[in-house]
Amino acid sequence: MSTDSAPAAQEPDVPASRTGPPGLAALFLAFARMSLAGFGGVLVFARHAIVDQHRWMTADEFNETFALCHFLPGPNIVNLSMVFGSRLRGIAGGVAAFTGLLLPPTLIMTVLAIIYARFGDVEVLRRSLAGISCAAVGLLIAVVFRMMTPLLKRMDVVVLVLMLGVFTAIGVLRLPLQAVLLVAIPLSIGVTYLMRRKVAA
Amino acid sequence: MSSENPIWALISTFGLMSLFAVGGAAAAVPEMHRIAVEVHHWMTDKQFADAYAIAQLSPGPNVLIVTLIGYAFAGIPGALAATLAMCLPTALLAYYVSRLLNRPSQSRWPGLIQAALVPLSIGLMAASALILAQSTDRTIAGLLLTATVAMVASVSRVNPLWLLLAGGLLGFAGIV
Repeated sequence: MSTDSAPAAQEPDVPASRTGPPGLAALFLAFARMSLAGFGGVLVFARHAIVDQHRWMTADEFNETFALCHFLPGPNIVNLSMVFGSRLRGIAGGVAAFTGLLLPPTLIMTVLAIIYARFGDVEVLRRSLAGISCAAVGLLIAVVFRMMTPLLKRMDVVVLVLMLGVFTAIGVLRLPLQAVLLVAIPLSIGVTYLMRRKVAA
Repeated sequence: MSSENPIWALISTFGLMSLFAVGGAAAAVPEMHRIAVEVHHWMTDKQFADAYAIAQLSPGPNVLIVTLIGYAFAGIPGALAATLAMCLPTALLAYYVSRLLNRPSQSRWPGLIQAALVPLSIGLMAASALILAQSTDRTIAGLLLTATVAMVASVSRVNPLWLLLAGGLLGFAGIV
């Protein structure tokens, strides 16, 4: 299999022009590679590979595709692989990217699961994992803060109340996700619609 | 529910959950915890926290914590079934919606809906952090470690892997 990534340097005058749609094997390999590089999240590596390295999409095309995947349910980056692959090579391309993204890490994860089931009781491994969990929660908190910053800066009371409401319902009261979202999503869409109309008027 | 085929239980549980997982994998963690630990007792609180740590530490999308939950409940077939059930239905949905929207004339509704979902998904992620912190940070040292990592990761661009490794070393040394 020849690599499709080489010709990117040939036509520097055409900004981000694509070098023809990549083959299915190239799609599979590219997504497998970005997935295996993505410790603690794949998005950064996906954007780098798709926009900078292979030039399969412009930065704007990538943003639009990701935005779409962000407001659909499910794991964003998994959705992105399917949507991206299918835009280049139809449904077969979508499946190739999807499989490339998921198959190698799933195999690794299964092996880790087996190791954990065998040795999970070993005290040293338990202690190390406990330390890693504490750090992992810290990373999650940092991401939440980064995402929250623009909302706090705008001091949009309604938005902050919605956010706090979901946090309390799920995190403190432990209500089922479906029930909370069935109420919160229509409510939030309605409120956003009304606020935008008020701003426009 | 418990008398059913375990594979089918995993598929129906995660397939349904994924359709409501707005805001990505991190936002779905509280629901995974509720289902896997509190409702079905597929794993203990401790096992769940460990699974989250393993999923964070290893490469690939963090949603693959479902692979570990599936394995804990039903072995290798369970691992594969849970992974596919969590990932495939929404990927197909995304495929169809993207084809539907792939026209030049777009209304402002996609943008509006996305803006409306932002506070909800942040609230969900914050809830994940709280629930996980309650099951991991059982000591003062653990709490301090979490707070330190949160601060360092908020203000700097350190590779997250180093922070996870540091946590592992502190745990290994018996400090946390």
